[in-house]
Amino acid sequence: MNWLNNLLDKAAPHFQPEGRLRRWYPLFEAADSFVMGSNRRTSTAPHIRDSMDLKRIMVLVVMALLPCVFMALWNTGYQANSALAGLGISTPPGWRGALMAHIGCDPQNFWSNILHGGLYFLPVYLVSLTVGGLWECVFNIIRGHEMSEAFLVTSLLFALILPPAIPLWQVAVGISFGVVFAKEVFGGVGRNFMNPALAARAFVFFAYPAQMSGDLVWTAVDGLSRATPLTTLAAATHGSNAVNALNITWMQAFMGVIPGSMGETSTLACLLGAVFLLITGVASWRIMLAMLSGGAAMTVGFQLMGSAVNPMFAVPFHWHLVLGGFAFGLVFMATDPVSAPHTQAGQWIYGLLIGALAILIRVANPAFPEGVMLAILLGNVFAPLFDYFVLAANIRRRKLRYGG
Amino acid sequence: MGHYLNIIIRAVFIENLPLSLFLGMCTFLAISKKVKTAMGLGLAVLIIMVVTVPINNLILTHLLQPGALAWAGYPKIDLTFLGLLVYIGVIAAVVQILEMVLDRFVPALYNTLGIYLPLLTVNCAILGAALFMVERHYTFLESTAYGFGAGGGFFLAVVALAGIREKLEYADPPAGLRGLGLSFIIAGLMAMAFMGLSGLEV
Repeated sequence: MNWLNNLLDKAAPHFQPEGRLRRWYPLFEAADSFVMGSNRRTSTAPHIRDSMDLKRIMVLVVMALLPCVFMALWNTGYQANSALAGLGISTPPGWRGALMAHIGCDPQNFWSNILHGGLYFLPVYLVSLTVGGLWECVFNIIRGHEMSEAFLVTSLLFALILPPAIPLWQVAVGISFGVVFAKEVFGGVGRNFMNPALAARAFVFFAYPAQMSGDLVWTAVDGLSRATPLTTLAAATHGSNAVNALNITWMQAFMGVIPGSMGETSTLACLLGAVFLLITGVASWRIMLAMLSGGAAMTVGFQLMGSAVNPMFAVPFHWHLVLGGFAFGLVFMATDPVSAPHTQAGQWIYGLLIGALAILIRVANPAFPEGVMLAILLGNVFAPLFDYFVLAANIRRRKLRYGG
Repeated sequence: MGHYLNIIIRAVFIENLPLSLFLGMCTFLAISKKVKTAMGLGLAVLIIMVVTVPINNLILTHLLQPGALAWAGYPKIDLTFLGLLVYIGVIAAVVQILEMVLDRFVPALYNTLGIYLPLLTVNCAILGAALFMVERHYTFLESTAYGFGAGGGFFLAVVALAGIREKLEYADPPAGLRGLGLSFIIAGLMAMAFMGLSGLEV
């Protein structure tokens, strides 16, 4: 690695404020801190001794997402391959079919699944990464900010919550909106109030409903209609237990072998990520626990209320947890340290609100079969307010205790 | 009871005046720098709506509607063309009274609201609430509930916006977007989040 170090050291003066390449300093800094450690020292107080910095946190989140990425690859391929096998087609049309013809689309073959899934997930991820990265570069170069690793998380999260059949130009439009309007206009990472990946997802969801909802998009096979379990549930006829309308077992849903957005089907993968994030202390356990309790309380409420027409009322919470994006949102989205409240009491209220709203939108809103994403966005909107009131109450209490 | 609760919830969350229907934008964007002031403004709007929507409802049913003047012996007269004028007049009167009350009892809030307090007279959200009441043929109790819900929705939206803007004091937006420009973008993002509740069946 010595030669690389020398190369970077030699190039460094050109990027300093008086160098001729000073305009491109953010790019140089990004490359430098990507391959090398930082030797920067803080010169003024406060000095905090901790191994955690922004870069470490973001890399840890990326690592926690790896199980979900793996499931995105495998399950997308598995769903496509088994759908093809069910239709009796050996290879799909198009360039992916031409590639897949070499190994065959066999749902029993692990590598065939991974490869087929990769042919859908990787283009989406690469578009999300390059287009979003481009905007990031434009803003950072013009404004002289340093690149932040947070963008790696945003682009990966965004790719994971998209359906496999989404057109790539929509991915580009979505991530552009998310990065520019939910993050960069506020001055970049840490200054936004809304999760950029979720804002991007909501934007494409409302802008292109034909490609983001309905039954055609959840399996990576052209023209194949296959509902997600949540849509099936919402359409179930009343009378029997709604869960019986699904032809999957709870275990299948828990493992994530169901159609859905690419990375969010597997509750097991999210659980692994959650354990990792909690051990490393990156995510707030308060938010996770509160969101779980909020969702559970709301579900019990609906069950007690009962409904003669809406079969969603009777769905028990352990099913809500494994279907759709509840687990993924719980672990990776709601706990976003920037857009969540910073006070502990605020985090409890925030989690409870999101959990309850997510179930409320799922059950009582026929327009949207899935509500977790929108519930978290609403949580983001009210998060600063929770902090404000918690702080105000604290100030009042201390004034009383010590005498204003 | 459930019916009235339904009207309130619809007005607060699903047909939120500033965030779903984009009414009352000027005060919404102008008085949302501080949570404290925003709460004052939200409360003022709430009070005005709770008072004016039912009053206008009474005027509509007993004076303006076709046949409303039957008690005075004129069953054929239809005065609904005077509606806009009368509703605005009622709103102006209530705002005047509120202004005097605030000036007398909460002078700090009176001074921070400044010109926006008398401007509430021509706030389209407040007139909008009255017109929605007419359009939907609400009864007296329904219009009270609606006034409460519409005002509550405005209160919630303006306080949430103020909370976000206080948090964003540490933001570093590009020079051209500082202030109002950024508020417009925030309001848009908030409206997008509120779209999750549109279509809710309560």
